[in-house]
Amino acid sequence: MTDPAEKTRDLTENANRPYALELKGVSKAFGSIQANYKVDLQLKHGEILALLGENGSGKTTLMNMVAGIYFPDEGQIFVDGEEVVIGSPRDAYKYKIGMIHQHFKLVDLFSAAENVVLGVNDGSRYSIKEVNERVRQIADRYGFNINPKDKIHEMSVSQKQTVEILKVLYRGAEILILDEPTAVLTPQETEVLFSVLRQMKADGKSIVIITHKLHEVLAISDRVAVLRKGEHIATVNTAESTESSLTEMMVGKKVSLNIDRTEPHDTAERLVVKGLSGHNPEGLKVLDDVSFTAFGGEILGIAGIAGSGQRELLEAVAGIYSPDEGEITYIEPKNGDRVNLRKKTPLQIRELGVRLSFVPEDRLGMGLVGSMDITDNVMLRSYRSGRTILLNRNDPKKLAEDIVRDLEVATPNLRTPVRRLSGGNVQKVLVGREIASAPSVLMAAYPVRGLDINSSYAIYNLLNDQKERGVAVIFVGEDLDVLIELCDRILVINSGRVTGIVDARTTDKETVGFLMTKSDDRPKSDERGGNS
Amino acid sequence: MSSYNVIKHEVSKEPLIHITKNSAMPFWKSFLIRAAAVAIAFLLCSILSYLMIGANPLEFLKTFWDGNFGINAAASKIVIWKLAKDTAVLLCIALAITPAFRMKFWNIGAEGQVLIGALAAVAVVYYSGDKFPDWLLFLFMLLAAVAAGIVWAVIPAIFKAIWNSNETLFTLMMNYAATYFVAFCLVKWTPDGSSTLGELKRGHLPSIGHPYLLLILTVLLITGLLFVYLYYSKQGYEISVVGESQRTAKYIGINVKKVIIRTMTLSGALCGLTGFMIVAALDHSVTTTTVGGRGFTAIIVSWMAKFNPLVMIGVAFLIVFLNQGANRLATNFRVGKAFPDLVVGVIIFFVIGCEFFIRYKVHIRRKAPAAASVSGNVAEGISESGEGSGGGGGDGSGVVEASGEARSDEAVNETVNDTEKEGNAK
Repeated sequence: MTDPAEKTRDLTENANRPYALELKGVSKAFGSIQANYKVDLQLKHGEILALLGENGSGKTTLMNMVAGIYFPDEGQIFVDGEEVVIGSPRDAYKYKIGMIHQHFKLVDLFSAAENVVLGVNDGSRYSIKEVNERVRQIADRYGFNINPKDKIHEMSVSQKQTVEILKVLYRGAEILILDEPTAVLTPQETEVLFSVLRQMKADGKSIVIITHKLHEVLAISDRVAVLRKGEHIATVNTAESTESSLTEMMVGKKVSLNIDRTEPHDTAERLVVKGLSGHNPEGLKVLDDVSFTAFGGEILGIAGIAGSGQRELLEAVAGIYSPDEGEITYIEPKNGDRVNLRKKTPLQIRELGVRLSFVPEDRLGMGLVGSMDITDNVMLRSYRSGRTILLNRNDPKKLAEDIVRDLEVATPNLRTPVRRLSGGNVQKVLVGREIASAPSVLMAAYPVRGLDINSSYAIYNLLNDQKERGVAVIFVGEDLDVLIELCDRILVINSGRVTGIVDARTTDKETVGFLMTKSDDRPKSDERGGNS
Repeated sequence: MSSYNVIKHEVSKEPLIHITKNSAMPFWKSFLIRAAAVAIAFLLCSILSYLMIGANPLEFLKTFWDGNFGINAAASKIVIWKLAKDTAVLLCIALAITPAFRMKFWNIGAEGQVLIGALAAVAVVYYSGDKFPDWLLFLFMLLAAVAAGIVWAVIPAIFKAIWNSNETLFTLMMNYAATYFVAFCLVKWTPDGSSTLGELKRGHLPSIGHPYLLLILTVLLITGLLFVYLYYSKQGYEISVVGESQRTAKYIGINVKKVIIRTMTLSGALCGLTGFMIVAALDHSVTTTTVGGRGFTAIIVSWMAKFNPLVMIGVAFLIVFLNQGANRLATNFRVGKAFPDLVVGVIIFFVIGCEFFIRYKVHIRRKAPAAASVSGNVAEGISESGEGSGGGGGDGSGVVEASGEARSDEAVNETVNDTEKEGNAK
């Protein structure tokens, strides 16, 4: 590969007009984690550039630096060929850059126009009538379906997004950055958004759209810039790329991790899920006819882009999320009894004698109570035991001591609130507790997220250990290298649907990556269920 | 790789003072800070009293003391008992709302719950006449008071549990309902139109040694029981879990609705019990001001004690002590109610304010650092980083806390805590 900087210079000289936006060697680190490393990026006038990458590849961080939310550790930013310093979102607006964040920042009780004008101080007298008029003009120009006087809380998700877009247009943005705008939209709404984007492009705006959905990249963008692990891999013309070529750039070459993996033995059906479907509170379908079987003595990996239904799937099995339809059956290892888990609360599941452990993704918000100490957190699962109305803290204390010793949890003492522990130690307490109940099914969602290498390997070893004991381990992960080296089989989930179950020993990253991102080939079911 | 120009800039500056979270502080140190706060507060008040009403500071302190412990043996016996009694009543109401507060259910309706309990107790005496023997009358009074307190507390709880209505507004409104209901009953019960009921003939709890002693002992017993309930019982543990995180509660299979309603039942029952004791042991009557704002003062007591029943004994004592002393001040110096209120306000301000220095560490920049430019906007973005990861936030906060011992030194300060304030400052 040629020197990226060299390439940049060539392109700059060839273009008649300077780039609308150009980044040169931009880096950003958070503590020891390098979010972006020497990234070069060019955005032409009047084009739609897709910024593509896996979870955690640094797309949002990079664009946050352009929008003035972070400041780069090093590197330069050019707007229209001029070097600029963007130290705040206000600076960004000065250079006509506007970012539409994934999570809306709107005042619910205000009208669309009031939200749009909020924070604008152009020296003129505030007149809501004029604002309404101007907002209406912008909306008409780009075909937004919105009434400036409507209140935010009366709006649908896509209308709220429209207000966010109006906000940046009102401030005169020429460069628009959209952070995963389609994540919250139905397919039809996505289509509407895309036509709006095309209109804005025709109007001369330059647009960056952050996404990890390949078919959207192909549908909307002129060029694609691919990031992987914080580095810029390449920028290619959309017309010359295919889903598979983009996938390859996104996931990269295989990295060997040397995780011990033994052949599964004495496998037996342990958990059978059939036809599971469900909606989220916003009414979008998050699980779509999911079926799989987990066997004792193996690790079943679940791969997918974040938010593809992994959380709902595990929570459905654990009795926290209630799906619309489908079956969840647990097979008791001792006598082969089949137990239906659907429509049962976590307590009922435990009372049935089902030994199901669950390490949720949100450790301190769901798995543990941050302000409580290690003993009280270890007790969460078992505090009901015994007939007295008083708590028995003796056994949990012993267990807590065991966990701290065996898993080498770094803590001043057992009375320390878990919130004060580092991420790795928090996770060890949580996993330690879940393993302590001798589970026959162990589900872990992103158990190594945010952990350093040593803690990660400690967790992998614990999972392998459980597998050796005949536990059915379900591991939701995001790092494909880890999934492929740790798991026996990998289930790939894509927008709530299972797109494949592959043998981890024979598959490769491209195959899994492709299954994770490939576009929907079935007729789209886009009716919103539930109440929105 | 070719080298790039690393640009230096002065967009964001490190502020003169920044604040970080303190991790754990040894008990003696936090105790010292609190003691110092009270001492400084009294000192300040003495100076104020000298400047505003011309009292010499020693005299000021002495008046405060006299107000609570009396000027001579005879007076001291009366005021000390009064001090103990008022502390007990305030403590009892504070105890009553504490289970709800530990669940983060902000019940500010103790005023009404106690009052309606008192009314129920009085109503039993009023309507029963001489039908029952004493012990049975007491039992009915108690049951009626407790039941009334429960009704007043559980109605908002049910609305909260099922429709997630705002408990603060709801419980507040129930106070007014209780007050006007009492006013209505008083009009009905006093045919002469005076609305003053006068002392009830029956339903006086027996005096054991001293008229206040039974009340004080009962409250101490409740304090102990409630402490055990909250810290050592399964239900108390469930209250804490629900208060901290409803998601965790659901994850481990706690029925959140049930816990909310159950806990408010307890809270209301204790309020009703307090109302019963006020009627049967102290007032032997009821008016719209029977509770007299103590339902609200109790909120301060509960908060300042960090919802720990044992600490509440001390806090309730402090508040009553301050009020008594301040009242004495008002009479002795003939300055009306305003100055004593000011004194109490200053002292409570210091007591609560010192918590800031226990929880946070203040760093003062020694001199302008040369290259402290990069720290600007980290915090603002942290919440948005992580590529849409739902759980990322949870992990993040763990890291944040762990790195709470932030570096006060110059240069690039990436600690989120440090930049939290600055990021938004612009």
